[in-house]
Amino acid sequence: MLSVKHLLDTTSLTADDITQILDTARSFAEINARKGIKKVPALRGRTIVNLFLEPSTRTRSSFELAEKRLSADTLNMGGSTSSVVKGESLADTIQTIDAMNVDMFVVRARLAGTPKKVTENTDAIVINAGDGKHQHPTQAMLDLYTIREHFGHLDGLNVAIVGDLAHSRVCGSLAPALTTMGANVTLVGPPTFLVDDPTYYRCPQTSDFDSILADMDVVYMLRVQLERMEGAAIPSKREYNHLYGLDVRRMSMMKDDAIICHPGPMNRGMEINTEVADCARSRILEQVTAGVATRMAEMYLLLGGENDGVSN
Amino acid sequence: METLEPKATIMDSSAMRRAFTRIAHEILERNEGAAGLGIVGIVSRGVPLAEILSKQIGEIEGVCPPVGKLDISFYRDDIARSIAPVLHATNIPFTIDDRDIVLVDDVLYTGRTVRSALDALMDLGRPKSVQLAVMVDRGHRELPIRADYVGKNVPSSRSEAVRVHLKEVDGENSVTIWDRNTRKRG
Repeated sequence: MLSVKHLLDTTSLTADDITQILDTARSFAEINARKGIKKVPALRGRTIVNLFLEPSTRTRSSFELAEKRLSADTLNMGGSTSSVVKGESLADTIQTIDAMNVDMFVVRARLAGTPKKVTENTDAIVINAGDGKHQHPTQAMLDLYTIREHFGHLDGLNVAIVGDLAHSRVCGSLAPALTTMGANVTLVGPPTFLVDDPTYYRCPQTSDFDSILADMDVVYMLRVQLERMEGAAIPSKREYNHLYGLDVRRMSMMKDDAIICHPGPMNRGMEINTEVADCARSRILEQVTAGVATRMAEMYLLLGGENDGVSN
Repeated sequence: METLEPKATIMDSSAMRRAFTRIAHEILERNEGAAGLGIVGIVSRGVPLAEILSKQIGEIEGVCPPVGKLDISFYRDDIARSIAPVLHATNIPFTIDDRDIVLVDDVLYTGRTVRSALDALMDLGRPKSVQLAVMVDRGHRELPIRADYVGKNVPSSRSEAVRVHLKEVDGENSVTIWDRNTRKRG
């Protein structure tokens, strides 16, 4: 049992919650790797609504696959095809779907706080699948899973989160989750992308990428979110790549067993170069694989209901 | 929960050893040898039992049948009532297609665990046959399921709990019976 009813952010998760999710995800990874039937009846008869008010390919397909492999019934609602575009308020939309007795909402939205707003209009369980620049907790869980599978543990690891910190909900979820698990996080980015208040993340912040590389076990490159930028935060793609992109030169400064992660989709040639993205240290595709298993674990644990202590 | 003494010990270590030997012989007799056999223990206490049975069969036949473990958490029909993090992933290191599978658990009670295990097994392949071996059959079936090999039949009350202790897990081999409200959670 998790200590939370909804999965809205990683700041309210305890180390025990995160460990439960990662441990359970291992069992689901076994199911996903099967040659036979990649499906279990664990959530048979449960209804899950995927409310994606912002475009998404990988998160959405990852959730849909996770739901199908748990045997849940799903309903997909998108921004452009729903009544939200007809001017219906979010509260009315949620109450309408809620009246049809669903068990869970998976919410992706452009506005931070939307998933929280959804919880106020339904009794169903809500998972935040990314809200604005705020949080993306299910991404953080798959990242932690990927890192833990490589090193066998999370505590004591040095992790650099590099790039567009200010616009990143991935960083917003990953940094606190790593800190909760005992890892040492360093935030790295150009001055225009630094976070306003690094004390909120309880970790140091720097603009000197080269100086920290030699100490890192994990270098986590963030996507430069061109669509979320207001004004000119960076002069050019080429200059960004030169100063903050992960290229072969920077990779050679890393420890031998250090790994590289990226949440995708990648801007190749900007924050990460092709030779680095496709090399043996890159865990980018492992992250995608972990996404299905960790999302299955989150939905299974959240929809599991009350623990009455009976298990015989 | 306070741990009290069990009401009674219904099998001691030598009784269990004799039961293992007998079941191993019964499995071999029915399947005419160990070829094509696979032993699958249901997590968690079926797993060490499956290993013991495989070893016993090996001592008689000279070949130990392969052992796998089956986690049925995701196949339970009571997930809404009971859930815990799942730590023991299914791991069956052999193909179950066209094999005679002996499913192993410690206690046969309502039959719901075995029902779930059959579903889980069928998702992994198509065994030639599935047989069920349990250390204790305590009655009170809620589904039409019976065991092929039984260590001991123990008539019990629903208010009681039956617990199989194994040397590999608990330090000793025994089967004990408890009043449910005083039973140690396991």
